[in-house]
Amino acid sequence: MRDTAALMPRRREVHPVTSCPDYKKSVPRAPSLPLLSMESTTSEETGPQFGHSLIGPLDNNLIMNFTQGKSPAIGERIRVHGHVLDETGRAVPNALIEVWQANAGGRYRHVKDTYFAPLDPHFGGCGRTLTDEGGYYEFMTIRPGAYPWPNRANDWRPMHIHFSIFGQAFGQRLISQMYFEGDPLIDRCPIAATVRDRSHLSRLVAPLDLQHSRGMDYLAYRFDIVLRGRRQTMFENKREGM
Amino acid sequence: MVQPLEILTETPSQTAGPFVHIGCIPSFAGLEGIYSHDLGRSAVEEGAQGEVITITGCVFDGTGWALRDAMMESWQADAAGRYAGQAGADPKVGGFCRFAVDKETGAFALRTIKPGRVRDRSGAFMAPHISLWIVARGINIALHTRIYFADEDNSTDPLLARIEQRPRVDTLLATRTGAGAYHFDVRLQGEGETVFLDI
Repeated sequence: MRDTAALMPRRREVHPVTSCPDYKKSVPRAPSLPLLSMESTTSEETGPQFGHSLIGPLDNNLIMNFTQGKSPAIGERIRVHGHVLDETGRAVPNALIEVWQANAGGRYRHVKDTYFAPLDPHFGGCGRTLTDEGGYYEFMTIRPGAYPWPNRANDWRPMHIHFSIFGQAFGQRLISQMYFEGDPLIDRCPIAATVRDRSHLSRLVAPLDLQHSRGMDYLAYRFDIVLRGRRQTMFENKREGM
Repeated sequence: MVQPLEILTETPSQTAGPFVHIGCIPSFAGLEGIYSHDLGRSAVEEGAQGEVITITGCVFDGTGWALRDAMMESWQADAAGRYAGQAGADPKVGGFCRFAVDKETGAFALRTIKPGRVRDRSGAFMAPHISLWIVARGINIALHTRIYFADEDNSTDPLLARIEQRPRVDTLLATRTGAGAYHFDVRLQGEGETVFLDI
């Protein structure tokens, strides 16, 4: 019955404020009226499922996947790994994780990115993987560069990797960003600062994980992810208030 | 003191940013050759049961400007109201689609089949609808809403019934503009603001 249980309500105070003057683009794009809150339904409790046939052998290796294994990307070699759990502490197997990032110089391979840092001919900047039976994932990449962006006159994004995560339910859908331990730009970033509670922002900062690094090869960073949980109860069959 | 509650906290969201397509729709970003094809190109395969429809529209910000960088995902039931993975679901309906607004005009188009009514937990029917999830630069946590259909009976839908200001129900209704054609705009803020969901 687990698959049909209601999702736990989202704790909105954990998430960013929607309109933030220091992040200018958020101001005209944030709803001004409250969200309509309601218990999840089948439409949110189900979701697309992805199989291993989707994933190619180099999909989780951003160092090699743009050249299909021919030439490695330029940059500091890193391994990013972690555990995907839900709020009840259960591992989430078969969760599709998609990542994208700038290259080592802070440039995205996107038709709309015009920053003059050069493209790396050997780096595309996207990857994907599925969590294993125990909810673990990993991928190889290069450390992305920080870059300036058009907001206030001298704003810089800290080094970051974008994450898109599918759990088992459409209502668990989440997009976030992973930052790197020790980056001084995190505290100066208006996008990071949209998460008002510092203790929650810290959960987006991946620690250096030397024990999972490999000498003469790569550094490791650990990034764990928590998705919404499902309420476990026998009292599920009545309408609200009845 | 009390016993500690053993519950984890969801990872905070961050904006998908303007380059979300690199990770989610690489071909849109001009990025080819890593994956054989973009994920979620269509919610349906040829031969799916039901009326083939195309829903077009734009996503407007609070100034009335159509976003050029938004990405959307839709999730829906088949024509009989069953979701992929449920017993008896139409094998030609994956139900999931991912699409971006046009980078020059801001227009999007979702070609799919019209979903059937879905039962909620209590056994009551929800009117036909498509769940819609929207990300873009400046949207700090994805916006979730639903597309209903103005030419269906929406009178007993439990979600629509909870909207106090009745004219706001219209913000969730796609209007029929021709054979198999519907129009649905999303307004992020201000006059005609779409009802967004915390669900």
